Amino acid sequence: MEAEGAIAGIENIEQRISKMQGEMQGINARLEAAVKLADGSAYPTASAAKPAAAKKVQEPRTKETAMSAEVVDSNPYSRLMALQRMGIVSNYQAIRQKRVAIVGIGGVGSVAAEMLTRCGIGSLLLFDYDKVELANMNRLFFRPEQSGMTKTAAATETLININPDVELEGHTLNITTLNGFDEFKRILSDDTDKSRVDLVLSCVDNYEARMTINQVCLELNQTWLESGVSEDAVSGHIQLLQPGITACFACVPPLVVASGIDERTLKREGVCAASLPTTMGIIAGLLVQHALKLLLKFGEVTPYVGYSSLKDFFPTMSLKPNESCSNGLCCKLQSSQPTSELATTNPAADVDESSPFHEDNEWGIEVAPEAEAASSPALGEQALPEGLSYSLPVQQPAQSEVAPDAEEHMDNTEPSLEDLMQQLETASSSNKGDSKAH
Amino acid sequence: MAESWDSGTKEAVKQIPLLTSIAGPRDKQEWQEKRLKQELQSLIKYIQLNKQTDSDWFTITSNKDGTHWSGKCWGGKICLTVHFKPLWAKNSPHFGIAHALCLGLAPWLAAEIPYMIGEGAIKVKS
Ligand SMILES: [Zn+2]
Repeated sequence: MEAEGAIAGIENIEQRISKMQGEMQGINARLEAAVKLADGSAYPTASAAKPAAAKKVQEPRTKETAMSAEVVDSNPYSRLMALQRMGIVSNYQAIRQKRVAIVGIGGVGSVAAEMLTRCGIGSLLLFDYDKVELANMNRLFFRPEQSGMTKTAAATETLININPDVELEGHTLNITTLNGFDEFKRILSDDTDKSRVDLVLSCVDNYEARMTINQVCLELNQTWLESGVSEDAVSGHIQLLQPGITACFACVPPLVVASGIDERTLKREGVCAASLPTTMGIIAGLLVQHALKLLLKFGEVTPYVGYSSLKDFFPTMSLKPNESCSNGLCCKLQSSQPTSELATTNPAADVDESSPFHEDNEWGIEVAPEAEAASSPALGEQALPEGLSYSLPVQQPAQSEVAPDAEEHMDNTEPSLEDLMQQLETASSSNKGDSKAH
Repeated sequence: MAESWDSGTKEAVKQIPLLTSIAGPRDKQEWQEKRLKQELQSLIKYIQLNKQTDSDWFTITSNKDGTHWSGKCWGGKICLTVHFKPLWAKNSPHFGIAHALCLGLAPWLAAEIPYMIGEGAIKVKS
């Protein structure tokens, strides 16, 4: 018992340390900005060109305590607060109380972070394990002189200068590793193990990271928005994931927006993906627009928006959760949902789901990419609109023809886990491959 | 994809017990009590089968949670991304680690090792 207490204590300390490390990145950036302000060396290139006149304009602004609606040139929030006067948003200032996590600070995530920073978001948690490279310079946000810095440090440095009112945390972390997973969840959790963020934005570029975010968000019952840009750089999508209410990322295979080449959301090693600042900027814009609508409660949040730039086409749809989702937690959350909530989630669904398929199948629709998929009852009702298809075969319900008598093959009764581990170890150690292998 | 495996590999994979539990490591209890046990059973069976045919080619063990697996083989690394996802999606939850080794690493080694020896990249240890 005492050992357990000690372990819990250590975990608590680890949790605090990782949070403090993130906050430190934000504080460091703030400090550096202040130092530069003090010695007048902020924005060195510009001040070298126009020393006297430029300096006055360049000084990073000081922290604002509240958002003013006053219409003066010096108010950074006047144009945003005008949204209230125009009746778009009922309480814009609520954004100061919102905390958003952005996972993946690449071509989409960094731009999303800048947009939210300029909107005056309360706080941002930035996650990435990568460094800025010159190969990233065809995208927005990062600058060549930041090459070699971690993306989180470079981003906090830039963002704190743009808007010192935003609390920033940079977490240099690979969430798909065993330890990274636990740390990611810890950082998103408060002291009572509930989520401490209002929204998670997924701006990652691979399936594993999306599945990691999916798992953590299901465990924390946390709404998240997923985004993606195709490897050929000409299409993309955003998707709303509300645990138990909309499809989770494991409910159905990832969708592909037709553009000629499959996205598959899968990164291929050694194959260089194409990217365009335009497509990434558009997807980041759609993503943050969704985020603002969710956070400030205005407009309609379409559960899935695709974007095909070659045809200027935006397929939209809703994605109902799969009752036989492979993720047990997803199923549990679905059954704990009051029915009224399920009915109100998809404002744009009716129009899109009833739209007829084109006769000539211009978009190369593959509702059932494999013959077996058609028989899946969970998805039969979820016909895809034109321009969208699944990137993988739809998952088989258990006990399919793949293994009619799987129970027979697998002896579920005994031995114990320890026995089995021992057996495997014995089998492995008496393996003659062991002596050959080195 | 499925069509590209040789008949030997197809025969081998048929003999590996299929799994039935769909749990993952985050499902703690079901993982510990069912899926992990099934993974271990199918691996043990696969190793036994390999020994019977004198083609014993890998070792594998895991940490106690079954979240980290390590072992040895004759070099190589399994590509579990683009080529495997469709196959796995179709056969979830029945394929496990043993099937991945059989369908992924084994054919990879069979194809690549002779080539690497031919290129002089690796040498046969006598
Ligand atoms: Zn699900």
